[in-house]
This record gives sequence, C-alpha cells and structure tokens, in this order.
Amino acid sequence: MLELPRAMVDQILAHARRDHPDEACGIIAGKDGVATRVIEMDNAERSPTFYRFDSQQQLRVWRSMDDADEEPFVIYHSHTATEAHPSRTDINLASEPGAHYLLVSTRSPEEEVRSFRIVEGQVTEEPVRVL
Amino acid sequence: MAIEVRIPTILRTYTDGSKVVEGKGDTLALLIDDLDGRHTGLKGRLITDEGALHRFVNVYVNDEDVRFLGSLETPLKDGDSVTVLPAVAGGSL
Repeated sequence: MLELPRAMVDQILAHARRDHPDEACGIIAGKDGVATRVIEMDNAERSPTFYRFDSQQQLRVWRSMDDADEEPFVIYHSHTATEAHPSRTDINLASEPGAHYLLVSTRSPEEEVRSFRIVEGQVTEEPVRVL
Repeated sequence: MAIEVRIPTILRTYTDGSKVVEGKGDTLALLIDDLDGRHTGLKGRLITDEGALHRFVNVYVNDEDVRFLGSLETPLKDGDSVTVLPAVAGGSL
C-alpha cells in the first residue's frame, strides 16, 4: 500500500493538468518509507506519449536526495489519453525496483490515481491511501 | 589515483553491492572495459550489442552528461568522477 498526504496528490494532479496534453513526470522523495517532498521534473521529450526526465536535472535531484539520505520513493507520470496503468514501455524501462510507480490519467476530469510496483517486468497494483 | 564511478542501485548486483567503485581508462569506453574485468556483466548493461551507449542509461563525467561530451569517446583522467544513473522514462504506448 502507498500512503500519501492529500496535498502531494493534489500537487501531482495539478502538474499533470498543467502539462496536458503532454505527459508530466516527477518524483516524491522519501525517507524510511515516508514521503518527504514532491519534485516536479521536466519532461525532456515534451510528448503526449512519452516522458523522460531531463538528465542534468535528474543528476541534481538524485544528488540532493543522496545528501539528505532520501530515496526515490515514488516515480510519477501522467497518461493523457489512456488509463492510469503502466504501458509496455513503462514496464520495460522501469529502473527503480524499490520505488512506487504512481500513474495519473488526465483523459477525463475525474481523478484517476493508481500505484504499482514494477520489478523485473512484473507489475503489481497496490492500493493508494490518501491521508 | 583512479577514476571514481558511482553505481546506481539497480546495477549494484554487479559490484557486490558497492555504491562506488574505482577504475581506469583514457576514455569512457576503456573505463567500462576495465570495470567489466572485475564486475562481469556491467558492460552489457551500459553498452548495446552495436557498441553504443545504451539509450536509457545516463552517464556523467564530472556532472556533465556524456551525450554532450563525446559519448563513449569522452576522454578521462585520474581524479575524474563518473556517475551512472538509469534514465527515468516511459510512455503511454
């Protein structure tokens, strides 16, 4: 199960709506399994069907997490025309086995937020509890 | 002196869990060959069968993405610091 404060979920949804129709992406840093801060990342692809963290920004953010003893707790991105479920591309490219993969969809005005573990190509959905 | 290489979590199975390893080489390609001698299999995760840097791996030399420096031919010297990070990417297709 993934537990997140309402304010963080709202920030991610606002980010996704703002970047729509392009995919939005970012992370929630965490410490000892607890979310600490949302970091909105630039989608270097600026695409409605693909995302990739800007590489220089990623290095800065990863280093700041290292310095703060944080880890990439949640990796989030939006799908803008399809459901909030990992695509084949998402599964093939998942590179943080310890992270929760949070997907949101902006295909309709309804809130669609789901979380998954992706480990060695295996996808397992988990409940999201918003506190 | 040697070149310090920071290894991401997902590749630490090749380095017995080490976060930082050391290697040598005048270019990034030679450094990766050197590392693969002690950490067998690492090269295959960084370089494609065609001999190019894997598209979804980011390698930085002194905090610069090597894609802007010369990719695998990026020159290295003692004391340089190399960081490997898996790209974070995906898409809806």
